[in-house]
Amino acid sequence: MASIDIENVSKIYPGSTARSVADIALNIKDGEFIVLVGPSGCGKSTLLRMVAGLEDISEGEIRIGTRRVNEVEPAHRDIAMVFQNYALYPHMSVRDNMAYGLKNRAVPRPEIEARVAEAARMLELGPYLDRKPRALSGGQRQRVAMGRAIVRQPAAFLFDEPLSNLDAKLRVSMRTEIRRLQKRLGTTSIYVTHDQLEAMTLADRLVVLNAGRIEQIGTPLEIYHRPASTFVASFIGAPAMNLLDAEIAGNRLRIGDEVLDTPVSGAAGKVTLGIRAEDLMPADRGLSFTPDDIEDLGAQRLVHGFVAGQPLTLVISPATRVEDCRRLAPKPGALHVFDTLSGARLDLHTEHDSRPVLPVGQGL
Amino acid sequence: MNKVTPFDHLVLILGTLLMVTPIAIAVMTSTHTAADIHVNGLSLLPGGDGIETYSTVLTHKGGFTGQVTGARMMMNSLILGLGFAVGKIVLSMLAAYALVYFRFRFATAMFWVIFTTLLLPLEVRIMPSYQVMAELGLLNTYTGLIVPLLASATGTFYFRQFFKSVPDELLEAARIDGAGPVRFFIDILLPLSRNMIAAVFIIMFVYGWNQYLWPMLMTTEESFFTLMRGIKQILQVWIGSQIPDYNQAFALAVLALLPPVAIVVVFQSWFIKGLTESDK
Amino acid sequence: MTDLSLSPKTPARPSALAALKARLAAPPAAPKRVQFDRPLMPWLLLAPQLAIVAVFFYWPSAQAITSSFYLEDPFGLGSSFVGMANYTDALSSAEYRKIAAFTVFFAAVVAALSLAIGMVLAVKADKVIRGRSAYRTALIAVYAIAPPVAGLIGMMLFDQHIGPLVRFAALFGWDMKVGLDYWDTAIAMIVVAVWLHIPYNFIFILSGLQAIPAAVREAAVIDCASPLRRFLTVVLPLLTPTVFFLTIINLTYALFDTFALIDVMVKDKPANNPMTLVYKVYLDGFRGNDFGGSSAQSVILMVVVLVLTLFQFRYIERRVHYG
Repeated sequence: MASIDIENVSKIYPGSTARSVADIALNIKDGEFIVLVGPSGCGKSTLLRMVAGLEDISEGEIRIGTRRVNEVEPAHRDIAMVFQNYALYPHMSVRDNMAYGLKNRAVPRPEIEARVAEAARMLELGPYLDRKPRALSGGQRQRVAMGRAIVRQPAAFLFDEPLSNLDAKLRVSMRTEIRRLQKRLGTTSIYVTHDQLEAMTLADRLVVLNAGRIEQIGTPLEIYHRPASTFVASFIGAPAMNLLDAEIAGNRLRIGDEVLDTPVSGAAGKVTLGIRAEDLMPADRGLSFTPDDIEDLGAQRLVHGFVAGQPLTLVISPATRVEDCRRLAPKPGALHVFDTLSGARLDLHTEHDSRPVLPVGQGL
Repeated sequence: MNKVTPFDHLVLILGTLLMVTPIAIAVMTSTHTAADIHVNGLSLLPGGDGIETYSTVLTHKGGFTGQVTGARMMMNSLILGLGFAVGKIVLSMLAAYALVYFRFRFATAMFWVIFTTLLLPLEVRIMPSYQVMAELGLLNTYTGLIVPLLASATGTFYFRQFFKSVPDELLEAARIDGAGPVRFFIDILLPLSRNMIAAVFIIMFVYGWNQYLWPMLMTTEESFFTLMRGIKQILQVWIGSQIPDYNQAFALAVLALLPPVAIVVVFQSWFIKGLTESDK
Repeated sequence: MTDLSLSPKTPARPSALAALKARLAAPPAAPKRVQFDRPLMPWLLLAPQLAIVAVFFYWPSAQAITSSFYLEDPFGLGSSFVGMANYTDALSSAEYRKIAAFTVFFAAVVAALSLAIGMVLAVKADKVIRGRSAYRTALIAVYAIAPPVAGLIGMMLFDQHIGPLVRFAALFGWDMKVGLDYWDTAIAMIVVAVWLHIPYNFIFILSGLQAIPAAVREAAVIDCASPLRRFLTVVLPLLTPTVFFLTIINLTYALFDTFALIDVMVKDKPANNPMTLVYKVYLDGFRGNDFGGSSAQSVILMVVVLVLTLFQFRYIERRVHYG
């Protein structure tokens, strides 16, 4: 068990001047489950591989526990990694796959057997110990990959999109299982994914990355409720947050010809207004909305339409009639205002704002 | 969709028969006496003198010095085939491992130094190669027979392609599991390459066994003759004889073609995989 | 990587030579994301192969080039520098030109016929399901036969006294004199060379055909009613890389690997018989003791192979991009 400190780490690939990972600072507490999330190419895997020692660290320092590991071989960093394609050794049995790393460390045989048996019991792999990976289903292979990490009893687990090769149903159940195992073992974990739902459900703290930089760090709910930028706002949450071009004039938000009657103060001029689809309600007064298309999902229905010519999506209960949605009002405190140019969140005062202001996570 | 017509089968059956008949003729005719063949021509039916002919060819001491038997030549062909295949696999696996799995200066240059050998077949540099062998005193040795044939990158090419297709994550997982270069090679890469090794072994064995020009130049001493060299020999003896030893020539041909044909047919799935997956 | 045959057509590329240059100059494209960093170990691993390549490839090749500029005394008492004389002698000799012309003819015919026949058989074998593996087995058996053995069997089939093919030709009033008549011998050589190389073409085209996704063929069946048209417009274009690769291989085969076959069939009476350039290199070098001339011819052949192989590299490069 250990904390992991990532101090101003950058990755510059040879032959390139651009930073694929730029000046990342992140302190991970012992036992914490950190999820790195972002679109493909945002540098999240590179960062994870730098922690693992599979990529050189161009600048900065990484410490596992109190030890600087920049020059330490992956095998000596006391970490275990679960790969996207599992990277099981195809010619070894499940047992040997799990035991291989321990054998290389000259762990005594009875100890190896005990640890493998324990991991197999935890993951319900007992009946499959003597099978080769190709005789296993995708979910079972995933468990073997987990088992290989668990038997090592490392200071940290590193997960590189471990669920993305599984079908949707299995993904959900494995997600819960990973979470449960991690809580039970209390091992510090870094988990990379591009799936925001996976990120929300697994993380103690979430790190949203974009183009090699941290956009925001925080608990899933902090990030959901107070996205630090338009990028985070549109990336976390489904359906994505509505982002509308707006203008603040005379303490009122104006969207095209529509004016919201919530008073705002603290900024003026062109802004980007964010409203989550579930934060809009039918009302007698408010924004006039032109429905265009409806998706019925059973428990809820999504209504796509336009406000002042800009696309907007709305979530309503199946009982609500679309005809009643001609006029919409935001729930109190549900307005997010961002700088149009930088995309950064602007903290404004709105009169109805009754929620406590949540602290934005460190690093920003 | 695509209806199979009797015509398709006809083309295939006729084509295959035409392709295979010469082998059948060689096998069948070798069981007749020379005189029989001289009078009745080649045969598609078995004759009664097979055992005698083959035992003569295998044990009779022939050649100019009267020292070499068919069995000896078979032995030499086997040594050439096996030595070549094993040597090729060892050399090229090591070289390909270095080229694919190591970061070092001049890696690209070394790649080209080795792969340039694919550009020029032995046949175009046969004269100077012979001179080099003579200078090194390697004429009429097994070393001289086998080692120069190894100076081509085909095997390295096969293994390089194969190693490149091994998922990167295996090396990464092995490194996290504490495996260094030697351990990774022995514990992971070697077992994974089993099929590839088998395929390369078959291809190279056949290639080595079937060598003609090089053994012909390298071996003037008959105790080093391979079967291919023996075929040339038996044809040279023919000139001037009344009834040539057709039967013995065919028997020698059958002995020369049977081992590679058998190996390739038995292990054809490996063979085809090795051949088509790495091109040449 | 059997999907090599599916490489789509590439846009126009720079010349093969330029591509080669660019590749040599480029930093090593790491084949793996992660590699070992040991300064000494790769050299130890490469050492055996490098040693053999240096002694048995580069040394003789360099010697071939050097001695092609010298005239060796017939009694081995020394040699004198003659510049390009060996080359001009070879290229201006009527005999050399005749052999060169035959070599081109021989290579073209052998390459085309073995490709065409191999393709017909492969297309049919791909179509039928029952018996496909039996046909493949039969053809592979032929692949494994050594060229000298094939030459011996071919010689017997075309033997003046006992050869069934000669008797067959006689039925049409054709008096075949293989070994005596130039063109009769040429035809026999071509027949045997083609026979021996059909299986190689068959194996590659069959595996190329089987790599074409079933969905593509089904789409073609829906879009086009005529099987022949379907083959020409959908299957053949997808096979183009395979066909191109085989053409190069076939030419290389006809130029070099037929040596043994020719040596056995022509035996020791090359006087009036057709032969290829490689055979002439051997004859002049080992029989004629004309080392300089033989070396010059070797170098000329090296250039020919180099050009062929550069084409092949271009093909491999293309495959690497799409494979």
